[in-house]
Amino acid sequence: MAGYILKNSIRMFLLIIAVSIAAFLLMTYSPIDPLQTNVGQTALGIMSQEQIEKLETYWGSTLPPLTRYIQWAKDFFSGDMGISLLYRQPVSDIISQRLSNSIWILSAAWILSGVFGIILGMLAGIKEGTLLDHIIKSTAILFSSTPIFWFALLMLMLFSVWLKWFPIGLSVPIGVTAENVTITDRIYHGILPSFVLSIAAMPNIILHTREKMITVLESDYVLFAKAMGKSNQQIFIQHGMRNVLLPAITLQCASISEIFGGSILAEQVFSYPGLGQMAVTAGLGGDMPLLMAIVVITACFVCAGNLLADVLHHIIDPRMRFGKGNKI
Amino acid sequence: MILDMKQITISVNNTILVEDFFLQIASGELVALVGASGSGKSILAHSIMGIAPKNVVCQGEIRYQGEPLTKEKKRDVLGKEIVLVPQNISYLDPLMKVGRQVAKGKKDKISMEKVTKLFQKYNMHSSVMQRYPHMLSGGMARRVFIASALMEQPRLVIADEPTPGLHKEMAQMVVSHFREMAQMGAGVLMITHDLELAMDCADKIIVLYGGKIMEQTNAKSFQSENTLYHPYTKALWKAMPQNGFHTTSVTHPSKTGCPFLKGCTKSKKECMKNIIPYFQKENSIIRCIDAGGKEICF
Repeated sequence: MAGYILKNSIRMFLLIIAVSIAAFLLMTYSPIDPLQTNVGQTALGIMSQEQIEKLETYWGSTLPPLTRYIQWAKDFFSGDMGISLLYRQPVSDIISQRLSNSIWILSAAWILSGVFGIILGMLAGIKEGTLLDHIIKSTAILFSSTPIFWFALLMLMLFSVWLKWFPIGLSVPIGVTAENVTITDRIYHGILPSFVLSIAAMPNIILHTREKMITVLESDYVLFAKAMGKSNQQIFIQHGMRNVLLPAITLQCASISEIFGGSILAEQVFSYPGLGQMAVTAGLGGDMPLLMAIVVITACFVCAGNLLADVLHHIIDPRMRFGKGNKI
Repeated sequence: MILDMKQITISVNNTILVEDFFLQIASGELVALVGASGSGKSILAHSIMGIAPKNVVCQGEIRYQGEPLTKEKKRDVLGKEIVLVPQNISYLDPLMKVGRQVAKGKKDKISMEKVTKLFQKYNMHSSVMQRYPHMLSGGMARRVFIASALMEQPRLVIADEPTPGLHKEMAQMVVSHFREMAQMGAGVLMITHDLELAMDCADKIIVLYGGKIMEQTNAKSFQSENTLYHPYTKALWKAMPQNGFHTTSVTHPSKTGCPFLKGCTKSKKECMKNIIPYFQKENSIIRCIDAGGKEICF
C-alpha cells in the first residue's frame, strides 16, 4: 500500500512539473506584454529608457525563459513562492487569503453536487423509464450542456437583481470592517456561487450514477437476489447501494478538477475574491509568480483527489484489496 | 404434482420465444430440460419464478402444488420453497462475503450456524464463508449455490446450467447433489445443454428446439435410437460421440411450422403448418405428425 502511494505520488509530482512547464510556456509566449498592460502605453511613452529597462527587469522579460523557469522552480520547491508583481506582496500570503475564501464555496459545491448527484442518479436508475427518470435525466443533460458562466449570470439576474434575495457579488458586505464581518455574512455571500458550482458539477455525477444503477439492477446477482425472494428494498440496500457507491466515490474524487475549473468562471461572474478570480487577474496582468503558484497548487489538489480516489477504491473494493497474493 | 405447467407461451416485444410448453414435475423427480443455446431454456426458468425482465410476457397456466402460482404466492415461496441454483459466479454480489450471501444477507447466529453446517456438508472449509466471490473456484461457486438452495426446505429446485466449465467428475458430483434433493422429496428441474449428463441423472428429459418441445421422454429411451421418435431427437442421439458423431447441417430452427423443418428428411407440407399437435406414444410425448401414436392436448 505504502509503495503504491509512493509510486503514484512520484508520478503525480512529475505531472505537476509538466503542468508548471506548460503554464510557464503559455505565459511566456502569450501576447500580453506585462509592461503595456500594467504600466500603460501613455506612461511608457513619457518614461526614460533607463526607467523602462528597470521595469523590464522587474517584470522579468530580459532574461531568457529557461533561466527564468529554473530560477522560479528552484525557489518554488524550496518553499519560496516569490513576490506577486501586481500586488507586491508575497504570493503565499495572497494565495492563503484567497484560498481561505474559495475553499468554503468549493467544498460546499463539492459536497452538495456529490450528495445530490448520487441520490438523484440512484433514484433515476431505480425508476428507469418512468416520468421521474425522464425528468431527472433530461434536466441533467440540459445542465451538462449549459455553459457555467451563462448559468451564473442567469442566477445573478434572477436572485440578486430581480428577487434581491442574494448579494450581487463579493464575499463580504460592502462598508463593513473586517472585524465586523460575521460568519452569516460569509455564508450569505457564498450561497449563490456554491449553488452554481454544484449545479455545474452535478449532471455528470447524476448521469454516471444512473447508468451504473441500471447496470447493477440488470446484473445477474440482482436476478439471483430476486430469486431468493428478497424485496426491492432489500436488494437496494444489500446490493444496489454498495455496488453503485464504489464507482461514485471515484467519480466524486475526480470531480475536484471540474469544481476548480468551474470556479474560475463562477468567481469571475460573482466578483468573488477567490482563487479562481485571482487566476484570471494574474493571467491577464502577466503576473508570472502568482499564476504559476495558483496553477501548481490547483494541480496539487486535483492530483490529491485522484490519489485519494485510487486509495479509497483499493480499501473498499475487495477485488482490489491489498494483501497476500493480491499485490499490484 | 409439485409443478404443473400448461400451454405456456413466452414472448418478448411480440416475438414468441417459447410456444405451447408443458411441464410436470412430481415430488422426487428430476426433470432435465435439454436444448441448444437460444432455445428459450433460461427464460423459461426465470418466467416460472417471475424474475424475468419486465418486457417478457408469460401466458398460460402454472400450478404449484395444485394451486395457481400467482404473484402473491411467488412472494411467499420464492427463495424458501422454490429456489434457483444459478450458473456462475456472476450471480454472486462481488462486494459481499459469500457466507453472508448464502444467508441471504442476514447476520444472525442461527443463520450463520446453518451456513457453516451446509458448507461443511459440501466439503468447504468455514473460511470460505469469509471469502469474496472472486476468490472462489468454479466448482466451489457451484457448491456455494447448492448450499444456498438448502438454507430452507426447498420443494422445487430450478438449476439453470449448473455444470458448464466443470470437469466430468465435478459435474457428476454437482448433479448427485440434485439427485439427493430429489430424494429428500423436492422436484428438480435441471436446465442443461449437456445431453449426456441429463441421460445419466434425470428421470425425464424434455428436448427443446427453437422454443418448442420436440419430445418428452424417459431418460432410458436415450439408450437406443429406436425408443426415440422425433427426427430431431434422433438427430441429437446420432450426433453423440458414442453413436457415431453424425451431424446434421441445419443450425437455425425454422420460425414457422416445425422448427426442424429444414433438417428433417421426412418433412412434408403439413409440417409447415403453424400448429403441430402433440402425440403420445408409450411413455413419450412427441411433437411430430409423423411419429404415430395418439394425438393429445393439454
